[in-house]
Formats: sequence, C-alpha cells, structure tokens
Amino acid sequence: MTTLSKDDTTLIRLTLNGREVQGRASPRLLLSDFLRHELGATGTHVGCEHGVCGACTVRVDGVMARSCLMLAMQAEGAQVDTVEGLAPQPDRLSVLQAAFRRHHALQCGFCTAGILMSLDTLLRDEPDADRTRIEEVVGGHLCRCTGYAPIIDAALDAAAELRGGDHV
Amino acid sequence: MKPAPFDYIRAETREDALAALSEHGEAARILAGGQSLLPMLNMRLATPSVIVDTYRLSRAAQIREAGDAVEIEAGVTQARLLGWDGLAKALPLFAKALPWVGHAQTRARGTVCGSVAHADPSAEIPLCVAVLGGEVVLSNRRKSRKVASGEFHIGMMMTDRRDDEMLTALRLPRAKPGEGYGFAEYGRRHGDFAVVACAAKVTADSITFGVGGVGDTPVVARWDALDGSALDDALNACAWGLGARDDVHADARMRRDLVRGLGRRAIEAARREITA
Repeated sequence: MTTLSKDDTTLIRLTLNGREVQGRASPRLLLSDFLRHELGATGTHVGCEHGVCGACTVRVDGVMARSCLMLAMQAEGAQVDTVEGLAPQPDRLSVLQAAFRRHHALQCGFCTAGILMSLDTLLRDEPDADRTRIEEVVGGHLCRCTGYAPIIDAALDAAAELRGGDHV
Repeated sequence: MKPAPFDYIRAETREDALAALSEHGEAARILAGGQSLLPMLNMRLATPSVIVDTYRLSRAAQIREAGDAVEIEAGVTQARLLGWDGLAKALPLFAKALPWVGHAQTRARGTVCGSVAHADPSAEIPLCVAVLGGEVVLSNRRKSRKVASGEFHIGMMMTDRRDDEMLTALRLPRAKPGEGYGFAEYGRRHGDFAVVACAAKVTADSITFGVGGVGDTPVVARWDALDGSALDDALNACAWGLGARDDVHADARMRRDLVRGLGRRAIEAARREITA
C-alpha cells in the first residue's frame, strides 16, 4: 500500500516511448499534465479535461487511455507511449503519420496526436480493422476541422500499406 | 480544470482498500477505472479528501461462471468483459449494450463494477443489471452482503453502499434457453451519455423492460407477452410514469417519445432472438 499526502510530492518513474524517465507528482496531478509539464513531452494535447474530446489519448501498458482521466500516480512503473514515439527516425514519419500527411487528415492539428495514438494502437492490435471498426475508434475523438473523412481515408490507406497491400 | 487536493492511497489488494475505507469512511472515494470519477474530480463536482486507488486490483480480477450466475469482480474492465468469449452466450444483453458504453478509449480502463457503484442514471451497465435482476456484493473489513440491484440504486448517483463498504463483485443470472434480449439507445453521439436507453428481456409469455436516462435510477417494468396496441399502451403508460424532465439534451416530450420508439425496438429485437 502506497500513501501520499495532498501537500507532498513523490518521484514517479515510468517508461516513456521506450526510455526510462522520472518526475515529481502530487496526488492530484493528472498524467496529461505530468507528461507535458514535468517531462516536457508536449506532443500530447489537452482539450476538454473530462474524457470527451480525446486529444490527450496516449497508450498505457499497451492500451489506449485518456491521459486526463489518469493520475500521474497511476502511471508509476507503466509503459507510456505518446505521439513523440511514433516516428521511427527524426526525419521519417510512421506509415500512419505519412498517410495523414498525404490525405490532409489534419488542419489545425490539435486533435491529431490523440487520434494517431488510437489508430496506431488499433492497427497494431487489429491489422484487419475495416472502415466500421476504424470509424468506431475515431468516434472517440473530436475533430473540428476535417469532417473526419480524410482521417478515415488515411487510416484505411495506412492499414492497407501495413498489411502489405496497395494504397487505397 | 484540475482536481482539488486529496490524499492518495494506492491499494494493492482488496484488503488494503477495505482497511483504508474503514479508516477514512465517508471522506474517502474509491477510484476504480476513473472514467467517471476523474471527470467529476477535474470539474470539482466531487471533492473527496481521500482517494483510494483500486486500479491495481484489476490485474487479479476475474470473470467467473458459478452455476446459474456470472460473477464479475471489481476491477474487471468493460473492454475485458466485451472481449470475454463467454459473453454472447452467458450475458447476451451485455454483448449488445457494452459497445454503447463510452468509447474504446474509455472502456479500456473503465470497470464494470465501477459503473454500477457510480450510479449515473444514464449509464447502460446499471440498466442492464436492473433488467437482469442482478445482485451487487458489498464488503467491509468484517463481512460481505448481497443487495438486489433494485435496492442498491436508490437515487441519482446514490446507492445503498455504506461508507466503509466497497462494491467487490457483481452477480448476474446467466441467460437461459427461451429468453431473448434487446437493447436500443439514443445519444447525441455514439458513446456519449444516453438521452434514453432501453433494454428488454423477453420470453414466450413475459417482457422485462428497463429504461435508463429518464428517471433517477433505472426503471424496470414487468408485463405479460403484450403485442400490438396493448404493447403501445404499456410503453406509453411507462413513458408517462417516468417523470421525464426537460434539460439541455432533450425535453420531456422527446424523452417520452424515445421511450415509446426505442422501447418497441428493443422488445421486438429481443423477440427475434428468443433461443430454443
């Protein structure tokens, strides 16, 4: 059993995109704020802070999670993946990111980090995900620019490429 | 917004959690998957002074088939229940309703027992538990007791749980031959709070019909195998009896209309699925 008083902070250690990192957190610090303000990983965006918009979606221990609906304390020892970890090299986009670029699947880009994390997880777990499944997962995100159509097209294209088929 | 300050206790086991509740009582709130409680903390609709984090219990939590019942322990996530290979056979109503619970991103952490304990009147899981006539198991340090779902949910976000108790498991009756199940919902966006949700369990000579999103708790009606205009009349009387109110999402008249329409849809879907 671990306890932490509201006025205290503690050291949180976790694996962020494959690297061991650490930072200090008080009990009420959200994982989203811990990533951005303590670890400086500002790729994860904060929109509504009550789990509706999906902008802050990251991967925790392999599953999608709203980082605004987790306490930093809950990520102690976890494997956390964020948008910063998607590109294989600094000058190369992932297959999914490149498809987003080709299809103009972002305009202002605020929601994009969260959508990429959800779709990256989906295409990894379910390579055969079809349009219905992709729409269902993107349904957990709000995008106010694109009208979603180019996002779905990009995801279908990336899925086909990852399966080794032709571009859509 | 950010949560108001609170003391944090991470429970590694059920015993840890019950010990913390026995010490802190009504000052404490259990944090399970956090998909309902964290929004309330962030918006400061809830300002508990102690958070007892039980998320680590999910590692050992089980879905268990015991005779005529399925027992779902605290910590089982909604995603895990949805992916359970026995679901369609043992709990067909949950197989239909769970895809309506939040989004894939929230079901990954949100727990089944947590939703029942949170007792949001528009939540799908408490509605299904009520229609099935399930029981909740409440435990404190010394003993456990079982409470029927109809007696557990006593008001909007109010339950029969005592301050030193935790909802440790849910017991649901297994589906039997001769039963059919249906579910229908309307919300502003798939995965958002239900404006109205209807669930039905039917047999050759009975209908168990439940409505969520309108009353303060799930409301369940039991009828004979009504059909045609008799069913319309029963649904209409049920819709008027719910005390629907106007709010920003829908007015009372629209809610009554949804109960009549979605109710019929859920019951007819259930009839098509009666198993031999």
